[in-house]
Amino acid sequence: MPITRSAPKRDADNTPYWDGAARGELRLQRCAACGVARFYPRLLCPECWSDSVGWFTASGDGTVYSYSVVHRAPSANFADAVPYVVALIDLDEGPRMLSNVEADDPEAVQIGDRVRVRFERVDENSAIPVFVKVAA
Amino acid sequence: MSLRNKCAIVGVGQSRIGKVPDRTGMALAADAAKAALDDAGLTPADIDGVLAGYTFTEPYLMLSSVMCEYLGLQPTYSASIMVGGGSAGFMLHHAMHAIVTGAATNVLIVMGENRRTGQTSDDAIAAISKIGHPYYEHPYGAPMPGLYGLVARRHMHEYGTTYEHLAAVSVNTRYHASLNPSAQMRELITVEDVLNSRMISDPFRMLNCCLISDAGGAMIVTSAERAKDLRSAPVYVRGIGEMHTHEHVSMARNLTETGAGRSSEIAYAMAGVGPEDIDYASLYDCFSIVPIMELEELGFVKPGEGGDFFLGGHARLGGQLPVNTHGGMLSHAHAGGAGGLFDITEAALQVRGECGERQVEGAQVALAHVEGGILSAHCTVVVSNTE
Ligand SMILES: [Zn+2]
Repeated sequence: MPITRSAPKRDADNTPYWDGAARGELRLQRCAACGVARFYPRLLCPECWSDSVGWFTASGDGTVYSYSVVHRAPSANFADAVPYVVALIDLDEGPRMLSNVEADDPEAVQIGDRVRVRFERVDENSAIPVFVKVAA
Repeated sequence: MSLRNKCAIVGVGQSRIGKVPDRTGMALAADAAKAALDDAGLTPADIDGVLAGYTFTEPYLMLSSVMCEYLGLQPTYSASIMVGGGSAGFMLHHAMHAIVTGAATNVLIVMGENRRTGQTSDDAIAAISKIGHPYYEHPYGAPMPGLYGLVARRHMHEYGTTYEHLAAVSVNTRYHASLNPSAQMRELITVEDVLNSRMISDPFRMLNCCLISDAGGAMIVTSAERAKDLRSAPVYVRGIGEMHTHEHVSMARNLTETGAGRSSEIAYAMAGVGPEDIDYASLYDCFSIVPIMELEELGFVKPGEGGDFFLGGHARLGGQLPVNTHGGMLSHAHAGGAGGLFDITEAALQVRGECGERQVEGAQVALAHVEGGILSAHCTVVVSNTE
């Protein structure tokens, strides 16, 4: 059973991120002063506090840093989807994000697995980035 | 100026624990405050500082003001402090600063929550899971055990920590709880019991997860000088340290090297002691990976050896370093900030020599390490019965 996700909340920090996701692009910020890419979107670079920033489209490729297979959902809209995988993904561009890794067999997901982003449509204006395993 | 031995914990108190349907969260806090005041031999008029925490079950916005109002107190120093489950440690630190600067004389630190009977367990789980980032983590359905599960899985990957290691923490803690009349869960369990309990979020099964309790806890802090004239034996705060690294688990730079190392370094340096001098340790145990990591990061064992320490019985009463003799959050109580508070009050009671069947013989120096969030905010406290 699929997860019932609610639409993301756009705000002044993250609108380019969610607009990108709706188009099928993983949009990240990169500090124009020190060059460090960051996630989640925010005003100042957490490394150097520069407010000079550019957005770029990430490759969508990453590696599983850690994961947990959820058997007891936190709320009703996830209850029918158990067991499902929550994971920390280290994106190839540097930042880490939490997401789901979709797999027919949740037990088959491992640390170090290569994954690629897929955008799951939530409504006509929104999509949520999730990840799928890619063949080694 | 160092805070070393400037202040003492002079009163500790707790409410009834477990399912206490005849008490609101405020009433649980009041029960604990009254017990702590009585322990110190003080009267309500002596309290001029009040630090309250937070609550998920009652709708109060200015909790410290409501707490004072409910208790009929009009202090000259008060605040609500929310740094997650470890709030009590940070509150103690704030109380110490207030006392040494003269802003307050006797500070009441108090928290209570009817987390067990004041809401359904579905609501409790949903409320706790709000610790995740609302925009970037909630859409993925990560419950609190899953967020800590990410940490545990990484530790297992890097160090070979096993399900048996995680189970050993729960078994050890439950044994201690069996010796503590106030603990919520006292029936002995085995490693097999833990491994056969219901899977919650891999690698955590039900018995690897903290309880959901009704509980109130309180402590009274005053100056070391004034402590000498009070009813109970003074528990001097020799050292205290904090470290804050993130809130959301996805923003942690390293899941197996947390702020616990730094907070303990600060506390040890202030106290003039090292891990080898500690007779008893309360280690925050919301999930059974956490005490394993804390043993390692606080320098009691080398990285990767925490699981074996528990499995080998070294954390058991009579062992090399008894851990969580009250039963921790896994077996004694977890009710928000009060859960972490009991880690500190148990350390105090150990150096007072008042732990009955679970007393660590000759305990003079004890440590409590608490944390909030997902290993986000850390506080280490070193206490002793001598200056
Ligand atoms: Zn920068």
